[in-house]
Amino acid sequence: MSETFATGDLVAASCRGHPVEGTYITDRDGMAVIKLKSGYNIGVEMATCSRVKAAGAPAVPAAPAVTQDDTLPELAIISTGGTIASKIDYRTGAVTSQFTADDILRAIPGLSSLARYRSEVLATILSENMTPRIWQDLARAIHAAIKDGAEGVIVTHGTDTMAYSASAVSYMLDTPVPVVFVGSQRSADRPSSDNIMNGLCAAAAARSDLGEVAVAMHATTNDDACAIHRATRVRKMHTSRRDAFQSLDMAPLGSVAYPSLAVTLSDEAVRRRETEPVLKDRLEEHCGLLSFYPGMAPEMVRAYEGYKGLVVAGTGLGHVSTACIEALKDLVDAGTMVVMTSQCLNGRVCDRVYDTGRDLLAAGVIEGEDMLPEAALTKMMWVLGNETDPEKAGTMMTTDLKGEIRRRSDHGF
Amino acid sequence: MDFEALGLKAGIEIHQQLDTAEKLFCRCPTTLRKTEEHTGELFRYLHATVSEMGEIDRAAAEEMMDRRQFHYLTYPTTCLVENDEEPPAPMNREALGIALQVAKTFSMHPVEQVHTMRKLVIDGSNTSGFQRTALVAMGGDLPNGGAVETICLEEEAAQRVEGDTFSLDRLGIPLVEITTSPCMYTPEDVQTTAEYIGMVLRSTGKVKRGLGTIRQDINVSIAAGARVEIKGVQELDLIAEVVRREAQRQTELLAIRDELRTRHASVGEETYDVTALFRETKSSILKKAKMIRAFVLPGFAGLVGREIQPGRRLGSEISDYVKKCGLGGIFHTDELPAYGVTAEEVARLREHLGVADEDAIILVSGSKEKTACGVKQARHRARLAFEGIPEETRKMLEEGSTAYMRPLPGAARMYPETDVFPVVITDAIWEEIQVPELLSDLARRFERDLDPAVARQVAYSESLPLFRAAIRAGIKPNLAARTILATLKELGRDGVAVEKVSNDDVLAVLLAVEKDTVAKEAIPEILTEIAAGTPMATVIESHAGGISDEELAAIARKVVADRIDFVTEKGMRALGPLMGLVMDEARGKVDGKKVSEVLRSEISRVI
Repeated sequence: MSETFATGDLVAASCRGHPVEGTYITDRDGMAVIKLKSGYNIGVEMATCSRVKAAGAPAVPAAPAVTQDDTLPELAIISTGGTIASKIDYRTGAVTSQFTADDILRAIPGLSSLARYRSEVLATILSENMTPRIWQDLARAIHAAIKDGAEGVIVTHGTDTMAYSASAVSYMLDTPVPVVFVGSQRSADRPSSDNIMNGLCAAAAARSDLGEVAVAMHATTNDDACAIHRATRVRKMHTSRRDAFQSLDMAPLGSVAYPSLAVTLSDEAVRRRETEPVLKDRLEEHCGLLSFYPGMAPEMVRAYEGYKGLVVAGTGLGHVSTACIEALKDLVDAGTMVVMTSQCLNGRVCDRVYDTGRDLLAAGVIEGEDMLPEAALTKMMWVLGNETDPEKAGTMMTTDLKGEIRRRSDHGF
Repeated sequence: MDFEALGLKAGIEIHQQLDTAEKLFCRCPTTLRKTEEHTGELFRYLHATVSEMGEIDRAAAEEMMDRRQFHYLTYPTTCLVENDEEPPAPMNREALGIALQVAKTFSMHPVEQVHTMRKLVIDGSNTSGFQRTALVAMGGDLPNGGAVETICLEEEAAQRVEGDTFSLDRLGIPLVEITTSPCMYTPEDVQTTAEYIGMVLRSTGKVKRGLGTIRQDINVSIAAGARVEIKGVQELDLIAEVVRREAQRQTELLAIRDELRTRHASVGEETYDVTALFRETKSSILKKAKMIRAFVLPGFAGLVGREIQPGRRLGSEISDYVKKCGLGGIFHTDELPAYGVTAEEVARLREHLGVADEDAIILVSGSKEKTACGVKQARHRARLAFEGIPEETRKMLEEGSTAYMRPLPGAARMYPETDVFPVVITDAIWEEIQVPELLSDLARRFERDLDPAVARQVAYSESLPLFRAAIRAGIKPNLAARTILATLKELGRDGVAVEKVSNDDVLAVLLAVEKDTVAKEAIPEILTEIAAGTPMATVIESHAGGISDEELAAIARKVVADRIDFVTEKGMRALGPLMGLVMDEARGKVDGKKVSEVLRSEISRVI
């Protein structure tokens, strides 16, 4: 049996007969990955490796102390993981979340000149692993931080589901101070990462006059400004660009210029106010979101039997096929709240134009106005968690609570 | 210079762009664009990051001293990968195949599992702040007894347009980096080895050609000196000169070091604000400076201005370091009065600082922050003069002298590119790789049909594929070589738009000659007409045959009859002068040899 090695061991090996020497890094697909003196990694047959010198104690460079300026306003950083707080795992080669909030302060040196910070690690997960339970913990942690005197809150989050979390928190929390979600699209280990600019812009937004839950991310592909988006109106619209986050059906609430960090807020942005934060953290988790597609079997709809609520992302003005309407009617009759939104994302649902729409209304489906499907889902969880009367709950779904519904559609696309 | 006595040692790294259909880590074409064709622009900042080993690379740290905004031009032929806004695609297998082919030609050992790394480069030439690079093979042989140490497959950097603006068309083009051991001991040896490696690369037929597609980095040291890497030598002919000049620079710097030690020279610790002294100055640079700082180099007089390479002094070296702070350079007393600074001002400066004649003064002008940075850098370089030669990365200047770029980077700048999976090179893949015929062997093979000089010229020419296609089509080697190497070049020199003549056009014309449809004398004219846009069929038709043996004989008879006195007088010696006249009449439609035969028989008939 071949030797086993520890990361950092100096090993001698043979690469198709050519002798090499390097630092053992890991095992990858059955081969030994070794780092040569030149810095290059190569994979060699494990059987050809022999230890020259065992690894010494790993030289972990002491992390520089994080200094805080007491004269600056206090902000809270609540870390949930994601790319902005990610590090490469050199063993598996994958990017994982393992930074603490202090690490973020060290990684973004300019932060310390904007505010002093208290930091809390709520989770270290990639955002696809986010759950409604963690949203509740998050709302509670933010509430506690504000009660405790934080003049603004920064939530670092993976970008993939950041819009869900931001809208969920937005319903659960009435906040007098800015609560700013921020992430990054390019990992922190690369010199081109957007984490520094996004982090600084989020801190500037968290110090600003804003008084609602928002998302701050690159406004364009340039390093020139971050846009501040309303939590219930924002969506990740690109898999990988820096400016993936866009406000839909409304202009962003404001922007933060870079590198000046000057904040501009629109008239529509809710302003900072002198009140206590209010936390209503109940959520009904048994809610679903179903995207309709042509040919969808009614069984897909029936799979939601027993759920308390279902948001449907329908086609165009808010439709599903005639074949699925009966199944939706059965859900409604059995007590499931069904709200119709649109896959178009921009624009308002109207089920009064075509026959299938009228049939949907007759089946008891609620028109979701101009809500984004995911903002409607988190809203439904919150509404059904806090209101037991179906009629009142239905009315709440069509009433604007946190900017997720606009009474009139302006010309913007 | 006696390079053996100096202990000269050199190695080279050759970077050669590959002629693949797509880039190394995205699906964009490897097409270079004119900057005016750009359709978009973006700008970014870069920040030094900590490596996998927890250090910040010293070269990267220095690039960060002056935070710069980098601008990038985008094209319809570039994509989000070049913008650093999309993860890379898997490694281009065509490029890997070419790299392996080169490796096999040098009898190297391929890596079993190839890992792509990120090499930190934050001078703006990569939008990501790193260059992707993978070690593909190790340990090969060179004819001079030296070794090829490694071959890496890398992505090309973005091309600098000017200042901090870069063009994204070149970013990501695959290139191989071939690194030799320090196995060369004379400047000529370096050049010969570079030529040889270049020839091997071109033998694959899959490398890009033309200026900028191949670049050499040269590592040079002398026995008492230090390793210096000179980046980006594009012209082969300059390689030997660059090595000679670096040996000279190291020798001179060592002499300066010894002199400084003998003089007990030192570097003054105090910095003086001398802005007020130059309030009335005529020097345009000093006049517009917000601040002028000075410090003293006791015992340095005469040495700062001493030439160490043609056009370069110790002062230039100090100046290069100061430029890292975003400043233009320095003034020093060895070169003053000059640049609008008067002798009186120098005298006043010396008096104000209370320095002796054997001391030198360095002036740094600019903003408050930049001058503070500049003085620090200048002092740092001055101190290094006591040690001799700093290990550096340098860039080549025109004529072969060099200037400082940054410290030699260390292994700390390499960390894994986790977005690209490792590639396994199996025995089966390796065995399938074909070693190409070397161009040097090809040239020897061509000598069977061609003059040795022409054979070599054809083998090494960019038009080799066209020549080979012509031979395959049954065209005589001499005709093909003459047309492809000489005729086209001559026409181009005469202003004919030969770039509009395609390889297929050339082949069609040569085939027409080979089939005797047209005479070979007509080739220049035919190609000229094609270049002007006349369709091939029309051109061939207008030059085609048309003159029968009888007609030719009639023309010859008429020419001879019209000049019968001349012919009678000169006899067969009239053949030469009359040839041209018959050729004119035959309008290039007949082979010269045939004309000569017919004319000869006509002349012999009358004399």
